[in-house]
Amino acid sequence: MQAETPLPAARRDIAPLLLVPLLMLAVLPFVSFPTWITLTVAGLAMGMMIFIMASGLTLVFGLMNVLNFGHGAFVSVGAFSATLVLLPMRNWLEADSLAANLGALGLAVLLAMAVTALLGWAFERVLIMPVYGQHLKQILITMGGMIVSEQLINVIWGAEQLPLPLPAALHGALFLGEAAIEKYRLVAVVVGLVVFAAMFLTLNRTRIGLLIRAGVENGDMVEALGYRIRRLFVAVFAAGSALAGLGGVMWGLYKETLSASMGADITVMIFIVIIIGGLGSVGGCFIGALLMALAGNYAGFLAPKVALVSNIILMIAILLWRPAGLYSKSRS
Amino acid sequence: MAHPNLRDVNAAPAADPILTLSGVHTHIGQYHILQGVDLVVPRGGLAVLLGRNGAGKTTTLRTIMGLWKASRGSIMFDGRDISKMTTPDIARAGIAYVPESMAVFSELTVRENLYLAARTGPLDAARVDWICGFFPALKRFWNYPAGNLSGGQKQMVAIARAIVEPRQLLLVDEPTKGLAPAIVQSLMAAFRELKDTRTTILLVEQNFNFVRSLGDSVSVMDDGRVVHAGLMHDLAGDEALQQRLLGLSLDSHQ
Repeated sequence: MQAETPLPAARRDIAPLLLVPLLMLAVLPFVSFPTWITLTVAGLAMGMMIFIMASGLTLVFGLMNVLNFGHGAFVSVGAFSATLVLLPMRNWLEADSLAANLGALGLAVLLAMAVTALLGWAFERVLIMPVYGQHLKQILITMGGMIVSEQLINVIWGAEQLPLPLPAALHGALFLGEAAIEKYRLVAVVVGLVVFAAMFLTLNRTRIGLLIRAGVENGDMVEALGYRIRRLFVAVFAAGSALAGLGGVMWGLYKETLSASMGADITVMIFIVIIIGGLGSVGGCFIGALLMALAGNYAGFLAPKVALVSNIILMIAILLWRPAGLYSKSRS
Repeated sequence: MAHPNLRDVNAAPAADPILTLSGVHTHIGQYHILQGVDLVVPRGGLAVLLGRNGAGKTTTLRTIMGLWKASRGSIMFDGRDISKMTTPDIARAGIAYVPESMAVFSELTVRENLYLAARTGPLDAARVDWICGFFPALKRFWNYPAGNLSGGQKQMVAIARAIVEPRQLLLVDEPTKGLAPAIVQSLMAAFRELKDTRTTILLVEQNFNFVRSLGDSVSVMDDGRVVHAGLMHDLAGDEALQQRLLGLSLDSHQ
């Protein structure tokens, strides 16, 4: 029968995982401990928000080889949709009751995700379906889609910046010794971890998740097994848009003001993250987002001039090490 | 379109073929690859499709599977024309495909690869045991990522995936390519066992020695057409015909 060659032990590629703690530790000698805590938590919070916004985009590319330059539109639309709940319910947000605060916030997040999922579905049907397999057209038409979305926001909500108030319970900071940690940042970290865990479990433990991973690797074979990958893709596109909407709400609450161009402004960052992570890899996207946000925060404190280019330096360094990103996917 | 030479194959009347391609043309970009393929696969046997590199064998399988669309002609499977159907619908009609590249999902474990192939629900433990009976390596590496397996083991995963649930027709593209002789032997045993279950198999091969004892019927392709169809028994016993049809490009005389 077949040769009894022993199988090489299943290798887990952990080198990229180590980069995040290594980066954190590398900075520790240069700043005081309380400052380090503050900077690190701020960086992690920002990284989580970027991950939530970017994770859908990396799957969309991995699964269908679609370049969606309009992904930022879902960030803006998500954030603005939240105002439909949060501004009328301002007294709930300002109430001295955690339940009222979170109730209003939860409702806003649900609405934002529903609107962006629906927008994502329409985006896929109207803009992306006609240009499958044509990258240049995808870039042009999805950028066009983003411009249209931005202008629609201006039409509906006006061209002025809009305030997005943080719930009272999330104002202020906790003190860990001398280190100040903003409460909202802790919430962002927790939400980011929950989203990552949910995505990880879905991708590893459910049939639909396994199909997504199989589809990223070889869509033809998934079809040959009898699954309609188009439907899978539309579902992933809508879910990824909803996540971008959630990220938009979180980003808006972080900045406390909204502008129609906030999605476009963050698109470059999102693309850098998914390139660093390896197109199609959720884990890579997670690590890439944390690395980028931490590096940006540390650089902003230690060498503000470097902070302007820290994203690019990080991307160049990672791509020199792994030209296809931290976790590249084999495509066929 | 029944070919007269196919009448006795495995006692299945050629009047009841499971798959019939009639005048199938396939274009890939500007290339005209299949130029009127007529092919009959009798129900319940192992049909072999031979031909040199570039003759159009893989394109024929991919066209049957709907991965490339036929630009002309009909593909009748079990009484209906599947040439306009999508790949998932063709798979659901009862055709399983083992591509030349094997296309195992390398990040997924052996179990997960088979789990996805079992569309109708959880894995059937008895059937998995039956498959592992002729591919014991699968059991051993059940929870390993398929990407870590050797080429022969990946081929076993690919074939197991195609048979993890009963299908009416298996399309298998060059399963022995690049594999060690010991593994080729175990594949041969597996195909014999599959034949016993009356599963119809359409096997594309270049290795004539592998298929001469396995095949019931045989078709030979050249330049995008089927140039010979008959019984394997007749071809295997006629060296002059082999020489004329298969030339020296095949492995038959090595």
